Amino acid sequence: MRLQYPPSVRIIEVPCTGKVDVMHLLMAFEYGADGVIVVGCMEGECHYSVGNLYAKKRVNRVKEILDKVGVGGERLAMYNLSSGMGGRFAEIIREITEKVMELGPSPIRVATGKATRPIAEVTT
Amino acid sequence: MIKAVPKPLEEVLDLVKDFTKVLIAGCDGCVTVCEAGGLKEAKVLASALRLYFTQAGRQAQIDEISLTRQCEKEYLAQLSDKMDAYDAVVSLACGCGVQYMAEMYNNKIIYPGVDTCFLGVNEERGLYSERCQACGRCILAETGGICPIARCSKRMLNGPCGGSDAGRCEINKDIPCGWELIYERLKTLGQLDRFEKPVDPKDWTTSRDGGPRKIVREDLRI
Repeated sequence: MRLQYPPSVRIIEVPCTGKVDVMHLLMAFEYGADGVIVVGCMEGECHYSVGNLYAKKRVNRVKEILDKVGVGGERLAMYNLSSGMGGRFAEIIREITEKVMELGPSPIRVATGKATRPIAEVTT
Repeated sequence: MIKAVPKPLEEVLDLVKDFTKVLIAGCDGCVTVCEAGGLKEAKVLASALRLYFTQAGRQAQIDEISLTRQCEKEYLAQLSDKMDAYDAVVSLACGCGVQYMAEMYNNKIIYPGVDTCFLGVNEERGLYSERCQACGRCILAETGGICPIARCSKRMLNGPCGGSDAGRCEINKDIPCGWELIYERLKTLGQLDRFEKPVDPKDWTTSRDGGPRKIVREDLRI
């Protein structure tokens, strides 16, 4: 299965989304990420029982923080997929890339003067 | 231990919005245990403030640090060479730490970053409940190890009152009746005879009666 999805995403692998911390997500935005998604296993199917549920809470907390500091919580999202859902993964990447393109560059990138080029070409 | 909760982010933003150099000072003591003001929370708050200032197009220096305890001069002294570099400090320690820092750095603006709540226990992660009101004269030996001052909503010494209903307090059905807990515990211990003798009025002079309290331990002082 050689699925196409936009090359604008950088994938960071973690053993479980339970490893994803509030600081990881905040730092991504501090470094200028236009959008971040956390992709965990299906709810109820975490190998470590509840890692993806911890991640969901942390994502929601960071969304609140992003809203309050003016970056926008809509730039962060969490999805739950199984390892057999590659097609849906590619679809989500296309969707989220389009959404972030609509939102425009992150205000952090704009403020630091790094937002000079288009974020990505959306491949469909 | 002392229990606290982080202040709402918008409240902290409002406090520091006019400054450009802010230090977020966590405390590795009690507030770390209840995850309100340790190094981790200091990092999260500092990151949030950096995002806020950056998106607003403002140059700001927001740093974080955490001290072993902010209720001791020796640890607060670790900030002495750093203080001049900041306009204001947000202390994530309990009210004691914030005040002691303000005392030590008299000319520096020190803001609280947490709301200090009570002396309590960790029932589980994220669930803390009050157990002690630091009245200064412990009566736990007479009440089966359950404090009527902290656990009874009316602080009754000869309870329960008429508001106790099926083991629940009339203030809120989620609150167990402190005196019901005491009764059950004394029954388990075979000490129910303690209910036959009324408890005398409590001596509150060790509590807040005389204003701010002080402990002087001449055996410890150098």
